[in-house]
Amino acid sequence: MDTATVPSMANERIKMDVHGLNFFYGKFQALKNITLRVPEKKVTAFIGPSGCGKSTLLRVFNRMYELYPEQRAEGEVKVDGENILQSKEDVALIRAKIGMIFQKPTPFPMSIYDNIAFGVRLFERMPRSAMDDRVEWALKKAALWNEVKDKLTQTGTSLSGGQQQRLCIARGIAVKPEIILFDEPCSALDPISTAKIEELIDELKHDYTVAIVTHNMQQAARVSDYTAYMYLGELIEFGDTDQIFVKPARKETEDYITGRFG
Amino acid sequence: MTARDVAHSDYRLPLHRRRKLVNAIALSLSLAAMAFGLVWLVWILWDTLILGVKGLSWQTFTQSTPPPNAEEGGLANAIVGSVIMVSSATAIATPIGILAGIYLAEFGQRGWFAQVTRFINDILLSAPSIVIGLFVYAVIVAQTRTFSGYAGVMALALIVVPVVVRTTENMLTLIPNALREAAVALGAPKWVMIMRVTLKAARAGVVTGVLLALARIAGETAPLLFTALSNQFFSADLGQPMANLPVTIFKFAMSPFANWQQLAWAGVFLITLGVLALNILARVLFRQK
Repeated sequence: MDTATVPSMANERIKMDVHGLNFFYGKFQALKNITLRVPEKKVTAFIGPSGCGKSTLLRVFNRMYELYPEQRAEGEVKVDGENILQSKEDVALIRAKIGMIFQKPTPFPMSIYDNIAFGVRLFERMPRSAMDDRVEWALKKAALWNEVKDKLTQTGTSLSGGQQQRLCIARGIAVKPEIILFDEPCSALDPISTAKIEELIDELKHDYTVAIVTHNMQQAARVSDYTAYMYLGELIEFGDTDQIFVKPARKETEDYITGRFG
Repeated sequence: MTARDVAHSDYRLPLHRRRKLVNAIALSLSLAAMAFGLVWLVWILWDTLILGVKGLSWQTFTQSTPPPNAEEGGLANAIVGSVIMVSSATAIATPIGILAGIYLAEFGQRGWFAQVTRFINDILLSAPSIVIGLFVYAVIVAQTRTFSGYAGVMALALIVVPVVVRTTENMLTLIPNALREAAVALGAPKWVMIMRVTLKAARAGVVTGVLLALARIAGETAPLLFTALSNQFFSADLGQPMANLPVTIFKFAMSPFANWQQLAWAGVFLITLGVLALNILARVLFRQK
C-alpha cells in the first residue's frame, strides 16, 4: 500500500518524511517498513492497539531509542530534507529541535522556574529578565501561568498531576522546538486536565508541527488533522482524520475504530 | 463488619480465624524480637551515658591524654586526631565513591567492566576492617617505616569508598528512566542530565550514604591500630603517628589505671553521641527529600 501521500496533503508543506523505516528491540522487529509524511503545522495522530509500535515510532523521531543499546532503527526519517538517523549533527541539537512530552509528567527536582529554564539554558545565554520573559511566555502557552505565577520558586513536584503535565509541556515549548511529539500525554490525567491539554495542542499547531500518540480514539478525532492507524508494527492506514474516522479505506481500520477489533 | 454480613459469609470464618491467629502469633514474635534488640541498645546507651558523663569535663576537650594515675588529663589529642582523620578520609573517599557510583548506574550498567567493578566493590564492602588495616600496614606503614596519620586516613577511606559507591549506585538506579529521558529530550547532554537532574534527584540518598559511612569509620579501631597507631601527645601532623578516639579507648579500657578507664568511658560516650547525631541527621535529610 502506498501510504506516503494522502490526496488532501497535496498543498501541505511536509515537515517530516519517513521512508522504509524498520525498528528492532534486539531481535524483535517492532516497526516494519513504515513510510509516511508528517505535514508542517498540523496535528498528526497515531492510533492502534497496545504494542502496535506507535510509541516506538515516536521515539525514533527524536532518536530517544539510542539511550538503550539493544535498540536500533534502519531507514530514513527526513526532517526538512535531512535524514536525522544518519545525521552528522549532534543528537542533542536534533532533540532540542524535536521536543517530546511523555505519558507521565516528569518534573525535575527543582523549582517551577528552573524546570522551564533548564532546557533554555542548554543552548541560550540570556540576561535574567529575558529568561523571566521566556518562562512566563512558555507557562502562558501551556495555560499554566495563572496557576503558578505566584509560586515559581516552589518545586515542580508540588503541583497536581495535570499541572505537572502542563509544566512539562511548557518546558518543552520553552526551548522553541519545531516539532513536538506527544506520547500519550493525557493517559494519566483527569478529564478536565485532558480537555485543557487538548485545547493546548489545538493552539500549538499554529506554530509547531505536532505528532501525538494516543489510546483514546475520540481524542485523536478531536485534536488531529491526520491520523495513522498502526497494527503489529505496520502502518495500516494513513489519511485525513475525518476520512479515517468516517469512511476508512481499510477494513482493519474500521474494525478498530468501531470497537469490533478482536 | 455488621452481624448480617457475617451471617452471609459464614463459610469464610474458619480461614479468617486461622489467619487472625497466625497474624497474632507473627506479630507477638516480631514484637518480642524488637524488645530483645531494644533492651540491649538501651542498656548500652544507658551505661555509656552514666559512666561517660562521669568521666567528662572541660579538661576532656582541652588536655591531652595523661600518664597513668595522673590527676588531670583529657582526650583533646584523640578527639582532634579522630576528627582530622575521619574528615580527611571522607573528603577523599566521597568524590571517588560518587563518581564510581555514577559510572555503575549511568554508564556501565550491565557491561562486563561494570559487573566486575560491582563484584569487587561488594567484596571490599564486606571485607573485615582488620584486613584493610593490615593491607595499609603492608603497603604504607611497612614501606615508610613509620605509623602515620596518612596511613590511617588511607585505611578509613578504603572503608568509605565501597559504601558510597553502593549507595550512590542504588540511589541513582531508583531514579525512574522517565526523568532521564525527559532531560535528554530537551537536548541535554548526558553529563548535564546526570549532574543537574538524576544526581540532584538522588541527592538526599547519596548524602545519607556518606553520613552513614562517616558514622561507621568514626568508631573503627582495627584499621587504625596498624596505621595511625596512637600518640600520647597532641599532634596535627599527618606524617606522624596520630592519636584517635577508638585506639585510645581500646588502650585505656584495657589498662588497670582508674583515670585511664574513666577517660575510656568518656571517649565511648563521645563516639556514641557523634554516631547517634550522624544517624539522626541522615534520617532527617532522607525524609526531607
